[in-house]
Amino acid sequence: MTRHDTLREESVAYGLHINGRDHAVQAGWLGESLLYVLRERLGLPGAKNACEQGECGSCSVLLDGVLVCSCCVLAADAVGSDVRTVEGMGDDGELTDVQQAFLEAGAVQCGFCIPGLIVAVHDLLDRRPDADELSVREAISGNLCRCTGYGRILAAVAAVQRERAGA
Amino acid sequence: MRSGQRRRTTTAAQASATGTTTRERVGGGIGSDAERPDGVPKVQGRFGFSSDAFAEGMLWGRTLRSPHAAARIRSIDTSGAEQLDGVEVVITAADVPGRATFGLEHPDQPVFASDVVRYQGEPVAAVAAVHPEIARRAVEAIAVDYEPLDPLIDAEAAVDADPIHPDGNVVRHIEIVHGTPDEITGSVVVEGTYEIGMQDQAFMGPESGLAIPDGDGGVDLYISTQWLHVDRDQVAACLALEPEQVRLTLSGVGGAFGAREDVSLQVHVCLLALRTGQPVKMVYSREESFFGHVHRHPARMHYRHHADHDGTLVKVEASLWFDGGAYASSSTAVISNACSFAPGPYRVAHAHVRGWAMRTNNPPCGAMRGFGSVQVCMAHEAQMDKLAAALDIDPVELRLSNALRTGDQLITGQRITGVAPVAECIRAAADAPPLDDDRDEPLRFPGGTGRTADRHHVRRGTGVAVGFKNLMYSEGFDDFSTAAVRLEVGADGAPVATVHCAAAEVGQGFVTLAQQIVRTELWAQVVHLHQADTAIGSAGSTSASRQTWMSGGAVQGACDRVRERLLQRVADRRGIDLTGARREVLALRDGEIRHVDDGWSVPLGEALEDGPVEANYEHHHVRTDPFDERGQGDAHVSFVFAAHRAVVDVDPELGLVRVQQLTTGQDVGRALNPRAVIGQIEGGIAQGVGLAVMEEIVLDEGCIANPSFTDYLIPTALDMPVVDATLIEQPEPGAPYGAKGVGEPPTISSTPAVVAAIRDATGLDLRRVPVRPDDIALRRS
Ligand code: FES
Ligand code: FES
Repeated sequence: MTRHDTLREESVAYGLHINGRDHAVQAGWLGESLLYVLRERLGLPGAKNACEQGECGSCSVLLDGVLVCSCCVLAADAVGSDVRTVEGMGDDGELTDVQQAFLEAGAVQCGFCIPGLIVAVHDLLDRRPDADELSVREAISGNLCRCTGYGRILAAVAAVQRERAGA
Repeated sequence: MRSGQRRRTTTAAQASATGTTTRERVGGGIGSDAERPDGVPKVQGRFGFSSDAFAEGMLWGRTLRSPHAAARIRSIDTSGAEQLDGVEVVITAADVPGRATFGLEHPDQPVFASDVVRYQGEPVAAVAAVHPEIARRAVEAIAVDYEPLDPLIDAEAAVDADPIHPDGNVVRHIEIVHGTPDEITGSVVVEGTYEIGMQDQAFMGPESGLAIPDGDGGVDLYISTQWLHVDRDQVAACLALEPEQVRLTLSGVGGAFGAREDVSLQVHVCLLALRTGQPVKMVYSREESFFGHVHRHPARMHYRHHADHDGTLVKVEASLWFDGGAYASSSTAVISNACSFAPGPYRVAHAHVRGWAMRTNNPPCGAMRGFGSVQVCMAHEAQMDKLAAALDIDPVELRLSNALRTGDQLITGQRITGVAPVAECIRAAADAPPLDDDRDEPLRFPGGTGRTADRHHVRRGTGVAVGFKNLMYSEGFDDFSTAAVRLEVGADGAPVATVHCAAAEVGQGFVTLAQQIVRTELWAQVVHLHQADTAIGSAGSTSASRQTWMSGGAVQGACDRVRERLLQRVADRRGIDLTGARREVLALRDGEIRHVDDGWSVPLGEALEDGPVEANYEHHHVRTDPFDERGQGDAHVSFVFAAHRAVVDVDPELGLVRVQQLTTGQDVGRALNPRAVIGQIEGGIAQGVGLAVMEEIVLDEGCIANPSFTDYLIPTALDMPVVDATLIEQPEPGAPYGAKGVGEPPTISSTPAVVAAIRDATGLDLRRVPVRPDDIALRRS
């Protein structure tokens, strides 16, 4: 028995591939965003819901290696794609160099923007390891943070760049 | 990175002269850049914010809000919603079992509107359904018959208008008369009228919470808020429950900045849970968030400054009109601050300040970072620049020569007994190294790459501003804090401390500080933090830059008692007398209890063998007084100061501005975690820059025209200038560790500094913030 007949005709079962694992979605309403399904159906609340209209980047994930706002992707549209979320960064709970640098630089305050920034900064530094400061600012300008004024975040990015260049 | 920090610290002799005890360092203790205890889960996405809360079988709540700024409700028909499959309950005003209204200071705001709506977005009904989409459709299916009314939208006009609320349109009127303003005139007089638009706190984590009925008539609420206990009391009153039946637990807070002082969904979600007997979760969308919380008061401020030819300020007159919107919220305290700090941090012997906090049909306004000081600072600093121009005195010199010092009197008659390094703040901001930039980089031009300014048109300007405000609550309010600390031996034999305090961690780092204090006081490296909840006494609000002082003091006080009890335990065991002058013969140091004279010591772990030591402490600040009828009285606890210098580039043709650099000197008392202080300063400056050049809730006949991040713009990483901060460390007497709260000063004078810089670059007489492109390009202000 389904309790919400209101949505039954607009619902479907499908599977998603997230952080290397398969997840089944039972009777998901077709209007659900990838963000909603990650957070509310699959127990992966790392991607955050600050605007749900593509303006803040707090919901950032990688979809087949491309940085997207998961609030603007229909979950059912992500079938067959490789989804990577902040929960999939780092092996077995180990911190990545970017996560470590955020902590050391004091880049975290309330933390709501942080998961999106972690994903975005990894994406940026994988693509452009030597981005200059202005390019870094531009690259993360789609990730709104209301607490930090970005100063410590930029310091964290610069620290990762120095570290990676030296290694 | 050019963003940086310099620290200017008083010598040890100066510090001890102010009575502040200096303690030895312990790893991760006071004064260190200790790491946040919640940092790892936050970078891994594992930290539980209130919008992440989940319970098996939970329902989704949603609110129906008024589309009108003012209307009479003829009827509400909920049957359409009730008929939808998956809708469990629909509630309106008729379902509120207790007090029909709530409010931070005065319960003047209906839980649900029933006869009239007084602002766009006022809640009218709520539903709980099995899916958020069903809840959305249910809300749409509720039919409300409104008779729209003409909204009252001007605060000054509201004085004589028909009352829009049974309590009238004047929420509070204050008059400050200091000296003999009627008899004094300066040789130079400047005047102006200034306006400030409505700013939004725009925290990232939307209002959200999960209510779980306890099956016994009570409810547990997991919520992001700034003050658990004041929420609890309002929920209990509206639900006709005893306070013990409403238990609140702080759920991860995604920023606050004042917007979470007032109740938003708390009563609604608890009532939905009690009515359905099921857990109910509510999460506002970004649009709903713009309607669901109070904003910063817009203001119109008429000023007249009088000075002597040598630049001595002799009189300030001001009329301040603050638009509180439809309900009182914290308007009474906001207007009190605005009046108290109306002249800025300057000595002035005579003043006549009148302030009105008004009710209108605009969105309700209340607390936001800087609380009343932000508005007046924009005006008094514009006036100081005008005065400097009229006197032909350098604006920095004019400020320095009038700057408040310890011992000076405010216009409220109160003398500053604490430190007041106003001149040091001004010098640090004004003398900071200039910007070394590369002006040829298009991304750095006003407008960025999208609407790039023509390099040849760009003009650079510089401006300086100073501001101040109070720490803690004022006018006789006792905003105490409570903490409990337990010290025991952990599984590995090392001492472990646990702190329980209801202080809301909203991102500012109180959790870090609590650990630092315990490490310093009790030498326990491992410090657990009990979740913040209403199982312990109130910690007061995370606002007014007060938690470092108030809850920091509570944790320190609890640690002191734990230490005393522990020392007593050792003394009892060894037969040592600790009374009277022998009180200090035992000391806790370097992780052991030492006999100061005999030299023996007992490791902490051994002293704790007989079981844990616990203590509670309630920390109160010094008493303050209410104002008398002339607005005089020792109403405030302590004051904090900051100065900013802004460098901007402007394209006057396109009206585009780019803020390039912000330097600041900030009075911090003592930096207990310098890195966290810098984070607060940079974040606060971002909000000040936002207010200066981009942030405004645009109102059209009381209705919000831009309730989204598409249209309400906050600074991005590209908009933020380089920040260079100097921390002025002069310990504040009476403050735990000499530290002052640091969160608010960065947002107070950064805005007027940017506006002054734009005036400097353009020669325009800008009287309103945010400064919009038209204000520059079309000379419209
Ligand atoms: S939540 Fe997706 S961009 Fe804001
Ligand atoms: S840390 Fe709070 S929004 Fe970025």
